Amino acid sequence: MHKLLASAYKEFLLLIRDIGGIAILFVMPLVLIITITLIQDSTFKTVTDAKIPILVVNNDNGNVSETILSGLEESNAFEVNIKETEDLAKDLVFKGKFQLAIIIPKNLSSGLEQKVAQNVDGIIAKFGIEEEVDNLPKETLESKEVKLYFDPATQMTFKSSVKNGIDKMVAEIETKSIYKSFQEQISDDPSEVIFETENFITFKEILPTEDNKEIIPNSVQHNVPAWTLFAIFFIIVPLSINIVKEKSQGTFVRLRTNPVSYATVLGGKTLIYLVVCLIQFVLMLLIGVYLFPAIGLPTLDISGRLPLLFVVAIFAGLAAIGLGLLLGTVAKTQEQSAPFGATFVVILAALGGVWVPVFIMPKFMQTLSNISPMNWGLNAFYDVFLRHGSFLDILPEISMLFLFFIATTLIAIVYNEKKNTV
Amino acid sequence: MINIEQISKKYKGAENYSVSNLDLFITEKEIFGLLGPNGAGKTTLISILCSLIKPTSGSFSIDGLTYQKNKNQLKQLIGIVPQEYALYPSLTAFENLKYFGSMYGLKGKYLDAKINNALEHLGLAAFAHKKIDTFSGGMKRRVNLIASILHNPKVLFLDEPTVGVDVQSKNVIIEFLKQLNNNGTTIIYTSHHLNEAETFCTRVAIIDHGKLIIKGEPKELVKDSEGSHNLEDVFISLTGKALRDHA
Repeated sequence: MHKLLASAYKEFLLLIRDIGGIAILFVMPLVLIITITLIQDSTFKTVTDAKIPILVVNNDNGNVSETILSGLEESNAFEVNIKETEDLAKDLVFKGKFQLAIIIPKNLSSGLEQKVAQNVDGIIAKFGIEEEVDNLPKETLESKEVKLYFDPATQMTFKSSVKNGIDKMVAEIETKSIYKSFQEQISDDPSEVIFETENFITFKEILPTEDNKEIIPNSVQHNVPAWTLFAIFFIIVPLSINIVKEKSQGTFVRLRTNPVSYATVLGGKTLIYLVVCLIQFVLMLLIGVYLFPAIGLPTLDISGRLPLLFVVAIFAGLAAIGLGLLLGTVAKTQEQSAPFGATFVVILAALGGVWVPVFIMPKFMQTLSNISPMNWGLNAFYDVFLRHGSFLDILPEISMLFLFFIATTLIAIVYNEKKNTV
Repeated sequence: MINIEQISKKYKGAENYSVSNLDLFITEKEIFGLLGPNGAGKTTLISILCSLIKPTSGSFSIDGLTYQKNKNQLKQLIGIVPQEYALYPSLTAFENLKYFGSMYGLKGKYLDAKINNALEHLGLAAFAHKKIDTFSGGMKRRVNLIASILHNPKVLFLDEPTVGVDVQSKNVIIEFLKQLNNNGTTIIYTSHHLNEAETFCTRVAIIDHGKLIIKGEPKELVKDSEGSHNLEDVFISLTGKALRDHA
């Protein structure tokens, strides 16, 4: 125990004497979480508050194009700029000046009216409601095409959400036109309401409640756990460098001749770096609770969840430390450990669902994700932050994190023993 | 005390043996010098005796103990002063010594007193609380030495303990080692300073190409070597004048 505490104290001294290292350990994760949350929050606002400038070429100038234009304006997502010609709009979009151009075809309104009237006439004639049926052959109407030009750099998710939005808008216009046409055919009084045009099927999102109050997750509730975990795992970089340094400066050689086990040496590092992880975690929480609201971001709500959050942070920290101990033991130089450590954390984060949700990954990647400790940690954090889980809910994840720590540390000890046994 | 039997070491990928079928017996309280040109196998032999590397074949025991059977006992029995400064540059001399002393199970006031006493003896008391990275080469060598003797080892291995230090530091180190030896510590050391070895060692062994060439008391070796006036002459006559550069 005495040797373990002496090792931990030595690590503490080494850490506090390394200002650059402290900056990496504490300041960089804070910069990271603030930057990412600001960016992610603005991305979130892209769909709600901030308006994206788009181009519209209105070749129709009828009811339908009016409805599309007012729909775009009312969506609050776009700032509509009218252009005269398709070529001009296309040119501006392909040069990256605008994200999107919508080209409304000529005679869209009249064409739609004709098409709907034709179909309604046909139906009514089938039912024998019309007194006189026009036996003349029906005119074949060409389908109309709304063209969308996207900046080639536009992301697929934005493209598909815009396409879906316009598709929905056009479908609604078509439906309303059909109802209107029926109304005109059936009733002579235009004020008489025959058809209810409001949607019969609506959607309601049911959110978890606490004390009968709905809990609406915001971007901060999603970002803080994910990026806190990312920062915690980044500890493998300085930790592995610390071990490699000991080897290169000769102190490790001295320790090998001392009557102290490698497990004790690693134990000292584990204790101090775990404290570092927890300080990182507390700083992240403080940022979420106090700084974010001050800079216009949503507040991080941690009420009543602090003990469980600390439990997750401790086990996530242990998993990260285990990985750092293993990497530092296996690596021979800082040039090996630092880039590998940094890249590996990014890979683990990607696999763990920090960048992209796991459920949209390909099947193979989803399977791989299950073996990423960052995925276990993230799920545990989400269980506490968003799903309001209990200790039992996070038990499987924290058990996995702990087993990961034990396994990586044991491998490091066995590897070291094998390499140095006389 | 130290019984080395047919020790050989061949590194992975190396063409030749670094140490080859070496037999040696070192008695208690000796100051034994392992001498030889660069690449002769001195550091390899010391590293084997300190359990830092594994011999390819052969065996050895220190005070009747082997690493296979009495690892921790043996580690408590020996001290090693490596050729490199095995110290934490950002810690002070006192902090370094306190840490390495703790690894031998020493603690509290006893350890503090041992550290202060050794620092005093080696002229470093005034620098106890200065960081190692501000020390000169000679000062680092002295702290390096103290870190290895705090637990009163029965056997002390020193790999080039006076390399790169000024005469003053060298004299302080040698005097300190003599004092340790007088108190019962067996000393095994490697050096390129043959004049230093001649006056300091009770016995020396000259090894070259991993093989033991000669061993004995320095004075006897000089006397037995025709035309030699000192140990350096003996050394040159046995190992030749050719350069021993190797990569």
